Amino acid sequence: MKRKKGLFVTSIHPLEKTSKHQIPLYLSRVPAGFPSPADDYVDKRLDLNVHLIQHPNATFFIRVDGDSMTDAGIHSGDLLVVDRKLEPGDQSVVVAALDGELTVKRLVKKNGKLFLASENPRFKPIEVNPEVGVEVWGVVVHSIHNVK
Amino acid sequence: MRQIVALADCNNFYVSCERVFDPSLENKPVIVLSNNDGCVVARSNEVKALGVPLGKPIFECQDLVKKHLIQLFSSNYTLYADMSQRVMSTLEEFTPEMERYSIDEAFLSFTGMKFDLTEYSRGIRDTVKRSTGIPVTIGIGPTKTLAKVANKIAKRTSELRGVFDITDHPRIEDYLAQIEVGDIWGVGFRYAEMLQENGIKTALDLTKANDAWVLKRMTIKGLRTVKELRGEPCMPLELAPPPKKAIMSSKGFGIETERKDDLKEALADYTALAASKLRRQQSLCSVIQVFIQTSMFKAQGRYSGGISVRLPVPTSDTGVLTQAAHQGLERIYRPGYAYRKAGVMLIEIIPESAFQPDLFGTTLTSEKRLNALKAMDAVNARFGRNTVQTAAAGTLKPWRMRRARLSPSYTTDWDELPVATA
Repeated sequence: MKRKKGLFVTSIHPLEKTSKHQIPLYLSRVPAGFPSPADDYVDKRLDLNVHLIQHPNATFFIRVDGDSMTDAGIHSGDLLVVDRKLEPGDQSVVVAALDGELTVKRLVKKNGKLFLASENPRFKPIEVNPEVGVEVWGVVVHSIHNVK
Repeated sequence: MRQIVALADCNNFYVSCERVFDPSLENKPVIVLSNNDGCVVARSNEVKALGVPLGKPIFECQDLVKKHLIQLFSSNYTLYADMSQRVMSTLEEFTPEMERYSIDEAFLSFTGMKFDLTEYSRGIRDTVKRSTGIPVTIGIGPTKTLAKVANKIAKRTSELRGVFDITDHPRIEDYLAQIEVGDIWGVGFRYAEMLQENGIKTALDLTKANDAWVLKRMTIKGLRTVKELRGEPCMPLELAPPPKKAIMSSKGFGIETERKDDLKEALADYTALAASKLRRQQSLCSVIQVFIQTSMFKAQGRYSGGISVRLPVPTSDTGVLTQAAHQGLERIYRPGYAYRKAGVMLIEIIPESAFQPDLFGTTLTSEKRLNALKAMDAVNARFGRNTVQTAAAGTLKPWRMRRARLSPSYTTDWDELPVATA
């Protein structure tokens, strides 16, 4: 029977929330009595989960659809890492609930009040008011852009 | 040191989960349906106000649904399990000892805390809402049963803003008089009728009942409930040791085989073993990973394949898991290879108590069947593994379950993430 050569994709797994760290015991094989000088520098592999996510229970991933925030470095199709626990401040990029939808906006403080503003000049800033359903959903910490 | 316990529970949990990711549902009437979209299993406050009871078959509510534009959802267990985990992890940070009681309730120990527990609980409430979007109500008392009473009172009294501490309250008797016996945790409808017939209508009445009489009519469990209502702790927090987070079962075969049927049998075997371990630690799993491989030490003909199969509902049922494993095998099996080893791994493990089947017991695994599986475990423990086995057939075929109104798996599937417009 002819065997196909090359690499197969044999499994596709969703990224699991738990991170696994590989801790190499030795950087090089150790013939008896001759450790490598680099062994003192063994460190753990870098883990993106730890780097990107400060509050795992409060962090969610959200997909962006639209171009109004490109000046903030956020492009349509990007993956946002959104942290609900962080306190948003003036000029924070946030995901907000507005008219029953989730939307990406910049939080702006003016005259002691908070407004949701878009980089799109045609959008008039709206005052944050949870009682009428205008509120901050979470703070955008990172935007992950697929370059391919 | 005197015990103080808090009961934190999520308000309308399934509905609240849906609302986090779809703000258009806020303040609207929403119903979540049981398995097969049959009955009402969760209601928003707007639906409660319309008088729709839990457990009502949805086809009996069609007029109300149309008139009030009630939005219906199938149970999205994947989403609810993940959100529950987030809520529980957040709550755990506020106490040294916590008992997860169900998918949306936990008892927290406040014993020895010297500060204002009401204020502390407001902080907990705000943190959970902020971090996860889920609103919780907190009741505090010297016993679990009184914490539950306090929680009920907090829910009914909006002025309390979601927190109530009943410990040593000067008007505790007034509050106990407001609770009907049927609403007391541990009493329920089983004893409510009997108690009413004997003139015991409220929690206050029950605290004054004769102990010997209670023991006779409601067993020792009933007496414990009565003592707890009086403020005497009888039920410690149940703190289970952390169960295994993944259960693996695999073996190298003694021989090599190319036959799919051999692999199916082996996988059925390993799945049965892993599932019985799962049941022993009183857990359920949501994902089964399957792998098969040839010898990796030869020059040619090496192959290793693996796949994750997600169950729509968490389960520990050997039959269901075996069928999932076989379905996974169909996707990764390649003819013409000499397989040497196979295995399964059960992951995304949650405690049994964290998963609530709907009111009518229509889960993947009926209680009767679960009892049968546990009996099988007992026989196998005594007489040896695989003394009793399941036939490969005879399962409920869960992925054929009707779930026409399922919301996306917002937090567990890359392809179903919430979208924000920009």
